[in-house]
Amino acid sequence: MSNGPLQIKAISGHAGPVPGLDASRDYSVAKLIDVTTCIGCKACEVACLEWNGYPFRETVFDNTYQTMPDTEWNYYNLIRFNEHVDEAGNLSWLMRKDGCMHCAEPGCLLACPADGAIVQYANGIVDFQQEHCIGCQYCVTGCPFNIPKFNKETKKVFKCTLCSDRVGAGLEPACIKACPTGCLHFGSKDDMKDLAETRAAQLREHTSHKDAGVYDPPGVGGTHVMYVLHDINHPEHYSGLPKDPHVPWMVRIWKGPMKWLGNFAMVAGILGVATHYIRFGPKEVEEEPEDSKTGGRK
Amino acid sequence: MSAPAAVPHTRRAGQLQRYTFAERIMHWLTGLTYLYCLSTGLAFYSPHLFWLAYTLGGGPTSRFWHPIVAIVFVMGTIWMHFLWGRDMAITDVDKRWFDHMQAYITNDEDQTPLSERFNAGQKLYYWLMIYGALFLLVSGIFLWLPEYIPRQAAWVHGVMILLHEAAALVTIGGFIVHIYMSVFMVPRSMTAITTGFVSRAWAWTHHRLWYLRVTGDAPPKQ
Repeated sequence: MSNGPLQIKAISGHAGPVPGLDASRDYSVAKLIDVTTCIGCKACEVACLEWNGYPFRETVFDNTYQTMPDTEWNYYNLIRFNEHVDEAGNLSWLMRKDGCMHCAEPGCLLACPADGAIVQYANGIVDFQQEHCIGCQYCVTGCPFNIPKFNKETKKVFKCTLCSDRVGAGLEPACIKACPTGCLHFGSKDDMKDLAETRAAQLREHTSHKDAGVYDPPGVGGTHVMYVLHDINHPEHYSGLPKDPHVPWMVRIWKGPMKWLGNFAMVAGILGVATHYIRFGPKEVEEEPEDSKTGGRK
Repeated sequence: MSAPAAVPHTRRAGQLQRYTFAERIMHWLTGLTYLYCLSTGLAFYSPHLFWLAYTLGGGPTSRFWHPIVAIVFVMGTIWMHFLWGRDMAITDVDKRWFDHMQAYITNDEDQTPLSERFNAGQKLYYWLMIYGALFLLVSGIFLWLPEYIPRQAAWVHGVMILLHEAAALVTIGGFIVHIYMSVFMVPRSMTAITTGFVSRAWAWTHHRLWYLRVTGDAPPKQ
């Protein structure tokens, strides 16, 4: 992707318009996961480990085609597997590449109390900066997708970076690079949204998946990782993809009214006692009277 | 009457021992551990106060020590309850004191019921901190080790964070008044809790029933 400032404005000895000069581009990026063409090969899982430099960790076999039960601090990318039987009795294998959704309104970032531990880039990538992470795991509670994972040894939280280091260098994420079926796509959010809608319409018109649709949940402001699902009405069939994800209201309470109330009360308390001192002053010590046996009171 | 340079363990001429050595150590143990937890806790509470964490060794360091120092604070509070719990029981005199709190606040001392070793306001602060510490401890354990909360119960973590903040704010309210009273409102309180001794006049003024008890004088009819 070309940088905005490096868009060519004028060309010497060139007849005709400057290519791309009047085009407006959305530089926010998105990953599109077309689950209808995922074959569950796990190439993306391996590519993710390789790029991020993690060793392949122990797998857990639970009679499915899933590598392990959940994503881990050093295993960002997991193909979730579910055998689903629909009302007509048809069996289908639902594969979903699970990982950070890179929400436009990230619950992790909202919940995080540590300055600089989570950043959201202008291109939409939400990234954890482990050197600033304090390990409180508020992000885990703030995330509606169960993505941030805690490393008990280093006390830091990790998750998919959408390969921000590759994207920053103009490359696509490692998982995209590895996908053999073309089920993974990467580009601008607008382009990916168009591509997703086109694919969903194709599924509705040419296949039996009459409820195919695009998963870009508005509850978190849309996501920079989108899915094309066979059945948009039942995202929960894909190993618990939430139907209407949103930042937990408890997080909004501590970050909103609770802060204002608390800050007001603390400032009011300090101003209150200061005003009291100016108005009434200290309690001076009285001298004990001679007839102290009566307590000095009549 | 200047404060003695060394802490005497015997009664000084013209002075009364208000706090024993153990009570003073206990007070400053809970006080300083509370202050550390307050500073680091405020850093996590508000982005505008996160600089407090930098002054105390950085965010991760503050997060590491906050719960450990908090355990020391809770142990100090338990010790406090052993030392002061009996003196802090709310009596009928205290109930009358609360009815006349307005007079105490406006320094209209003639209208305020006389106090024993601790006045009703101190007792109120004491119980506020005891229950505050209890709530902070219970919620704090969840905040300390959230990795052991199952994902299905993640909402419990959210509720505990809210509870921890609410309990902390209540104790901060009490703490502001406590610092104000001891540093500004009641001169020589700091000397009392540091050296353990107060003048007879101080005891007479602020804790007359206690004064009369420890000096062997008859309590007045109220």
